[in-house]
Amino acid sequence: MSSPREHSLTTSHKLEYGYKRSLGPVLSRFFTGIRDRKILGARRADGTVIVPPKEYDPDTSAALDELTPVGPGGVVKSWAWVSEPRRQQPLDRAFAYALIQLDGADTSFLHVVDAKEESAMNTGMRVVAAWSDQATGAITDLSFVPESKNSREDAN
Amino acid sequence: MSEEANEPIEVLRLPVELEYQYTAGESASRFLRAIKRGKLLGQRCPVDGRVYFPTRGCCPQHGVPMADDGSVELPDVGTLVTYSIVRIPSENIPLDLPYVTIQVLLDGADTVMMHVLGECALEDVHMGMRLKAKWKPEEEWESSVGNILYFVPQDEPDAPYDSYKEHI
Ligand SMILES: [Zn+2]
Repeated sequence: MSSPREHSLTTSHKLEYGYKRSLGPVLSRFFTGIRDRKILGARRADGTVIVPPKEYDPDTSAALDELTPVGPGGVVKSWAWVSEPRRQQPLDRAFAYALIQLDGADTSFLHVVDAKEESAMNTGMRVVAAWSDQATGAITDLSFVPESKNSREDAN
Repeated sequence: MSEEANEPIEVLRLPVELEYQYTAGESASRFLRAIKRGKLLGQRCPVDGRVYFPTRGCCPQHGVPMADDGSVELPDVGTLVTYSIVRIPSENIPLDLPYVTIQVLLDGADTVMMHVLGECALEDVHMGMRLKAKWKPEEEWESSVGNILYFVPQDEPDAPYDSYKEHI
């Protein structure tokens, strides 16, 4: 090519869908609970408790409307370590996604354990809810931390 | 605690965001550099001579490259091919409702561009109207089609239907 070519222009481009979700009666109570620092599960006819709550029983399809507090402590049933979080993930440092069975619940709840080190994680460990300073009523108001001896005593 | 803090939470905002780094490529970059200088650049297909607007790297119909020397400067006047009156608000669109989105066939082009119509009563909008671009002040020009604020009706007879019917 004899004539020098100009470079291609480049720019950042953001595609955004500003979805809003209507929560309905059951999840509205769940997220209102989150804002008020409570974790609520739905009690089924057989007495077991589902967390997070569902509008309908997944087995019998019966409407569920009895919500009951669970946690704030629980047991890690399974987990995956996120060593390099992406920008939109809940923490800006390494953390674990974990299935957590909260005390009083019969199902596991997928959430975040801010464990600092992968070596601090193990299946069967106890974790406890840690609330952010902002009470916005979003699931990100909540995270979990490994339960220390001290936090256990505080809870008791 | 404010009263609002005690209201139940009934709606959750869950925006989905995709962030891209967009590279225009040689051909579209030529178009964008030209519009920064207030020029509208199209490109002629070497096979059938049709003029595509904006410029693109190759002809979508014949699959052949469109060379730099096929660039055609187009005037900022054209014909309203079709339109839609928008009465429903949308986030991220700052226009006052109602507004009119239009497809404009610039004189000399064989493809339409999408834009908005201004300075026209809704009941006067119709196909075939002759239009001219209303530009931002020159000192605000960027590499963007947004340099044209909107198109305004011209005081001249409508274009004949046959001149734009294949673009509807
Ligand atoms: Zn062609």
